[in-house]
Amino acid sequence: MQELIVILVDGLVFSSYLFMVAVGLTVIFGVMKILNVTHGSFYAFGAYMSATLIGAYYKTDWPEFGGFLAIFAAALIVGVFFGIILERGLLRFLYHRDEHIIVLATFAMFLVLEDVLLLIWGTDPYFAFEPMSLLGSVDIVDLTFDVYSLTLIGLAAIVGLGLWLGLTKTKWGKLLLAVIFDREISQAMGINVTVVFTVTFVIGAIMGALGGAYIAPTISVSPGIGVEVIVLAFAVVVIGGMGSIPGAMIGALLVGISRAAAVHKFPEIELFVIYAIMAIVLAVRPEGLFAPAQARKI
Amino acid sequence: MRHVDKTVTGLTIAFAVLFLADFFMAEWVRFIGLQSLARGAVALGLLVLWRTGLVSFGHALYFGIGAYAAAMLTLIGYHDAFFLVFAGTLASGVLAFLLGFLLRRYRAIFFALLNMAFSMILYGVIVKTEELGSTDGFSLHPPTFLGYAPQGEAVQTTLFIFTLVFTYIVTVGVHLYLKTTLGGMSMAVRENEIRVEYLGYSAEKVIHVKYVFSGLVAGFGGAIMALAIGQVDPDSMANWNVSGEFVFITILSGIGNVGATYIGALVFELIRTYAFEYAPQIWQFILGGSLLAIIMFLPDGIWSLVDRLRKSEG
Amino acid sequence: MNILKMGPGKAGLLATGLAAAVSFAAPANAADEVVMAVPTFLTGAGAPAFGVPARNGAEVIIEAINKGKLPAPYNNSGKGLAGRQIKAVIYDESGGGVKQVAEFRNKVQKQGVDLFVGYISSGTCAAITPVAEELKMLTIFPICGTPRIFEEINKTPKYVFRTMGHATADGVAEALYVKANMPGVKGYTGINQNYAWGQDSWRDFDLAMKQLMPSVPASDKAQWPKIFSGQYGAEISALMLSKEKLVHSSLWGGDLEAFIFQGSARGLFRKKDVLFSVADTSVYRLGKKAPFGSILGARGPYGIFAAGVDTPLNNWFRKVYIDRYSVPPVGGSYQAAQGVLAAKYAYDAAAKANGGKFPNKDQVIAALEGATYQGIAAPVHMNRSNGHQAATKHMIGVLQWDKEAGEPIMTKVTEFGPDCVMPPPGVNGTEWLKGGMKGAKC
Repeated sequence: MQELIVILVDGLVFSSYLFMVAVGLTVIFGVMKILNVTHGSFYAFGAYMSATLIGAYYKTDWPEFGGFLAIFAAALIVGVFFGIILERGLLRFLYHRDEHIIVLATFAMFLVLEDVLLLIWGTDPYFAFEPMSLLGSVDIVDLTFDVYSLTLIGLAAIVGLGLWLGLTKTKWGKLLLAVIFDREISQAMGINVTVVFTVTFVIGAIMGALGGAYIAPTISVSPGIGVEVIVLAFAVVVIGGMGSIPGAMIGALLVGISRAAAVHKFPEIELFVIYAIMAIVLAVRPEGLFAPAQARKI
Repeated sequence: MRHVDKTVTGLTIAFAVLFLADFFMAEWVRFIGLQSLARGAVALGLLVLWRTGLVSFGHALYFGIGAYAAAMLTLIGYHDAFFLVFAGTLASGVLAFLLGFLLRRYRAIFFALLNMAFSMILYGVIVKTEELGSTDGFSLHPPTFLGYAPQGEAVQTTLFIFTLVFTYIVTVGVHLYLKTTLGGMSMAVRENEIRVEYLGYSAEKVIHVKYVFSGLVAGFGGAIMALAIGQVDPDSMANWNVSGEFVFITILSGIGNVGATYIGALVFELIRTYAFEYAPQIWQFILGGSLLAIIMFLPDGIWSLVDRLRKSEG
Repeated sequence: MNILKMGPGKAGLLATGLAAAVSFAAPANAADEVVMAVPTFLTGAGAPAFGVPARNGAEVIIEAINKGKLPAPYNNSGKGLAGRQIKAVIYDESGGGVKQVAEFRNKVQKQGVDLFVGYISSGTCAAITPVAEELKMLTIFPICGTPRIFEEINKTPKYVFRTMGHATADGVAEALYVKANMPGVKGYTGINQNYAWGQDSWRDFDLAMKQLMPSVPASDKAQWPKIFSGQYGAEISALMLSKEKLVHSSLWGGDLEAFIFQGSARGLFRKKDVLFSVADTSVYRLGKKAPFGSILGARGPYGIFAAGVDTPLNNWFRKVYIDRYSVPPVGGSYQAAQGVLAAKYAYDAAAKANGGKFPNKDQVIAALEGATYQGIAAPVHMNRSNGHQAATKHMIGVLQWDKEAGEPIMTKVTEFGPDCVMPPPGVNGTEWLKGGMKGAKC
């Protein structure tokens, strides 16, 4: 029983991590049909910026809990800056091109940004553990968990719910859905698709950066962290259905809990869990579990 | 006599020149050339797929299988290059044939990603197999050629000729195939699959054939690479970014001409080699920057330069 | 020929011409210098833990060699290698073995490198060994863990040397330490990255434990996180729930640091005795966040284990390094420096044997084969694998915080002689372990 609950908690934490890592990717794909490899850079820049701001914040004698604001500030700064630069400066020139070319362009941009990261922050790692220390730990079924990691579950729930409500209940969201459904007709109906695209990309970038920014206190922010999340985020998004927010959530839960179970029961196979789930889902339901229906155009 | 096919002429001249050049080339140039031929072969397979509108983000799967199949045979005492390359090519072809039944049903980004998923499974299997050196991989003895066992520099010289001959045959073959009805069907599938079906052709079969072919040449490239380098490891041969590099080379080359893939692969190697040499800490920046520049300013790849020059001449 | 009229055929010609043109570019190096290639991780996850410290260590030594400023026992050896200045070509080791082999050939054939002192990852060393032998290139591996280099890949090396002990020594020293200091241990488990180094480390520790403490069982649920995953929540839970008190870990770099943050927050290091085989890479950086009370190794007498060694060479090295990079040298810095010193020793000794004239490659190799030379903090005995594989002493201890000095220190340190932890010459490490480590002199 204890093990079962622990698997569930571990699974939920890891699922939330996966969701936070993947949600930005799925938002951008859902609206713009762009598989954005640069997402990995957003994550990495978010983490570095977060670590830098947290470090700077705790050098002041301002109230301790303010450090959390630094995390969100980092995500906003990185997301808005890179979102606008990349979308306006690069992607908009490529919208008429083959979708694979756009993927490759974002791959190229990712390579460039990997080294920009090194040029700005160097190779030494950055630590920003203060927010994690601050929240301390809690015992669940006689096992100690750190509270900060548990808050990740809350954050993922808020972000997921917020995006879902925003998409289905607000005017803006409905415009987005219209663009998702048919870009050309929406344009004909007078929706400013250009603005919709820019805003979506920036939101996706903020989400990517937020993933990195929020994880930063629990890890060593060092070179190479961006590349690791790309494959992870792809897998989650592919499993859930590309472009679907509930799908990303279900995909994250499926992978997260399976992985936690593997770690506790069969640690030898941990490496395969995610790819195996991805392969099975793709083989059975290639659009992913929650893919929006596609109109067949002749 | 029918009119002379310019591409075949071009390939033949290039073949002859490179054949002769093999005896004069500096070693490092030959080595870059060998790698370009190996990577170019994979790009050739991607080009064939691309003509039907499909892009695979997972062809490191076949490259890796080809390389590992050849390398594993050396572990049990087989060293003949003909046999190793044949086995590597065949192993990839068989896998592509089997996976093809599943993959031929998918299009666009799903096709691309499903390929990636399979390639990552192979990556995981290799990493988990300690007998094959896990992430370290393992190294191969220099190959023999039908009993001839070259030593030192002669290994590379012989391997270069060996690779060149097969590359030439494969490339001319592909070119001629693409001019046949079935080959020509690819563009039609890309433009409108449903109409192709109405014409009585099975789009899925067209795709399956091309997929198996792309698997075969990728396996060929992988086996050559394993022999050329004398080493296999999963990070250089089966990881997702390797697949990305192949797509990079395909875009660099453009899909206009089969020979262009090798030039694209060569340019890719040169960019990387010089970036590594002159900017050791920002070589990724240069690689990514070049790719972006090509996407923005040379959308149809290097080959379009040739076309453009010809057109401007009238 | 009008270039604009070019058809595909001529374009093919142009391309081959291009290749031919490049092939005339010959290496141009001055005759009075020795070109030393120093490949090390400059990008990616390996850079902060090993690559950059190794580069820094190599740079400090190369500069001192060129200026003739090395302290004893190298103080009377003149400037440079046998009088010639070192021209260092430092470049990135990232990208996997295949790419590094390609780069190795480039450096040899295109840039005219005279010798290599470098490579950190076992994978790269394994890939480079056959090529170095084929191209007859003097190559000194200062680091690299895998015993396979001289046990499987090339059993009779001529051009390749390694100047530190290999991973078998780590496993043996760790198991000996556990046996001596934790006789009551009832079982052990592990958390190692799921790749070659992690798998090797666990296997050697496990094999050594089975020999030394046969009644102590290993857990069947040792953890295998993916390398660079950075998230260890579930693994930490599983370790905390396991009944074994001893945890073996070869994590390094960012993974290690993330594991320590996440484990500390949950009291893992209070509840379990964790043995880290390469954690010295992070102790200074972690400062007070390090897991004090844990058992640590540094793969030999390096980094924090050398902090108290009072010799002119070590004192000088630490001072120059700290002044220059404002952090103390870690394992990688020492190991790289030790690799460069091997070149210094070999060239000078070969010149001496050659009547003071600059030696050729074979003379340098002959001088290094089987030699014993002074590393930064301990002597290096090149007495394994026909004199190409080094053995050094090994050290394991417990990490503590020194309040007075305000820095981490090693306590309860045990030293193991080179012939105690390294398999005897000519014996395969895994077989040696399985056969009960016969001939070990402890």
